[in-house]
Amino acid sequence: MSARIMWRKSLNVVMLSLTGACAFVTVAVLALILGYLLWNGASSVNWGFFTQLPKPVGDIGGGMANAIVGSAKLLLLASAIGMPIGVLAAIYLAEFGGKTFPFIVRYTTDLLNGVPSIVIGIFAYALVVIPMKHFSTLAGGFALGVMMIPIAVRSTEEFLRAVPRSLREGAMALGASKWKTIVTVIVPAAIQGIITGLMLDLARVAGETAPLLFTAFSNRFWSPGWNQPIASLPVMIYTYAISPYDDWHRQAWAGGLVLLGLVFVVNITARIVMARRAAFLKG
Amino acid sequence: MSTGSTTAAATVKAMQTAIPETPTVAPEASVPLRFQIRGVNFFYGAKQALHDINLDVPNNRVTALIGPSGCGKSTFLRNLNRMQETIRHTRLEGEILLDGQNVLHMDVVKLRRRVGMVFQRPNPFPKSIFENVAYGLRINGYTGRLSDLVEKSLRRSALWDEVKDKLNHSAYALSGGQQQRLCIARALAVDPEVLLLDEPCSALDPVTTAKIEELMFQLKDSCTMVIVTHNMQQAARASDFTAFLLDGHLIERSVTAKLFTTPSDPRTEAYITGRFG
Repeated sequence: MSARIMWRKSLNVVMLSLTGACAFVTVAVLALILGYLLWNGASSVNWGFFTQLPKPVGDIGGGMANAIVGSAKLLLLASAIGMPIGVLAAIYLAEFGGKTFPFIVRYTTDLLNGVPSIVIGIFAYALVVIPMKHFSTLAGGFALGVMMIPIAVRSTEEFLRAVPRSLREGAMALGASKWKTIVTVIVPAAIQGIITGLMLDLARVAGETAPLLFTAFSNRFWSPGWNQPIASLPVMIYTYAISPYDDWHRQAWAGGLVLLGLVFVVNITARIVMARRAAFLKG
Repeated sequence: MSTGSTTAAATVKAMQTAIPETPTVAPEASVPLRFQIRGVNFFYGAKQALHDINLDVPNNRVTALIGPSGCGKSTFLRNLNRMQETIRHTRLEGEILLDGQNVLHMDVVKLRRRVGMVFQRPNPFPKSIFENVAYGLRINGYTGRLSDLVEKSLRRSALWDEVKDKLNHSAYALSGGQQQRLCIARALAVDPEVLLLDEPCSALDPVTTAKIEELMFQLKDSCTMVIVTHNMQQAARASDFTAFLLDGHLIERSVTAKLFTTPSDPRTEAYITGRFG
């Protein structure tokens, strides 16, 4: 009897420690990444890093200003493509769909989400780069935009579905058409969730490298307009990290740190937006 | 709130005096009809929920629908403004006439503007108090001064004094009873001819319930009301006419005082005396 109790108690302790340790590892991984990036890259993150173009090999210093602006432009374009398509498709799924077609759409979305990013890159290459005959911001933004669609659809749909039916009925009972109900009540009721989902989606594609390799390519200089190859932080990090130069390695670490910082900022902004809204609703 | 209790007393008094005045033989004859419901059958898929309902709803009166759970009273109510058709796989047969016009042939937006609805659970929108009341006006393209109408509606629903200083606060900050009166104000803002109330007090305490019943009494001047209620005392207190439904059949409909004192059907008597339901 007491042996059984001993066994039960020790099993309890073992499992508690095991699950606790795994939870700790999750946190530790992020802390380690952040620490390592800070250790290696912080010294190279200076004013020049944000304002200067890359220097030729051999010249020490220079920055990634073009890559930072490039990433911003690519993400802007990706958002302009991925977010409207994702949100509108989600509204269709959550509000209008029957049975068979939405099932197909949902299944396809999940499959699309599982398509390796390099394959999305090839797809964008075939669809945009080959007809245009050169790499461009347009092609890179298109590739990232396609990557954003599945998560935008699924997260938006989930938040729309969480809006209680009583709100829909309240609006419709006042004579609101279905579309008016969606625009004026359902989407506003779900907006903080939708925005958070989209922000996280954006943060996720911000670090994508593979789809940009043969769409946006890269560029050592500024890339005005949308028609030329453009530098981006992930591709720049990749290029610099595999180079044989110590100074470039330091810059790659700095690039990683800046990219992670940007992702954090986006993430935190999304959560502040959400908290503000939640606070207003509580009154 | 001394004014509240005096008006409540006045309400009771007015009702006591009002009831005998209504002729018990053919009360409809003296009052014009707002709704005429003729031979209504309603189906959820293959299951029939309403069987051949015939009912008159007189103008500027409160008609109560009573009956045990699942008897179809909410289903019936929700057909009057065609809310029930938003549920899939449902079918309605028969005629529901609003001022002589079949509601099924009316534009649904116009119909719902004329026939407002208050639900069982308060369902304010996640917006400010002001925006909740202004909602119906905004979506209907009202171009006048919103604030005047918002104030008027909140006064009509007896909520103005409690919220006038916090119109920009979230509607969710209000108590349950306040939220329900806000929903009434929201429905009143578009000036409906009919107000459908689907167990509006079932989630509220007795004091708030009294306020809402008092409100209904005041609204009779401008509105026809149909209320679904579980609470027989409420039907007795607040309505002029009562209809008793059982298993989707309309058993009896008469002047409230008569239905509760001398019901003509034994099933009605069994229900109101608490033998089932």
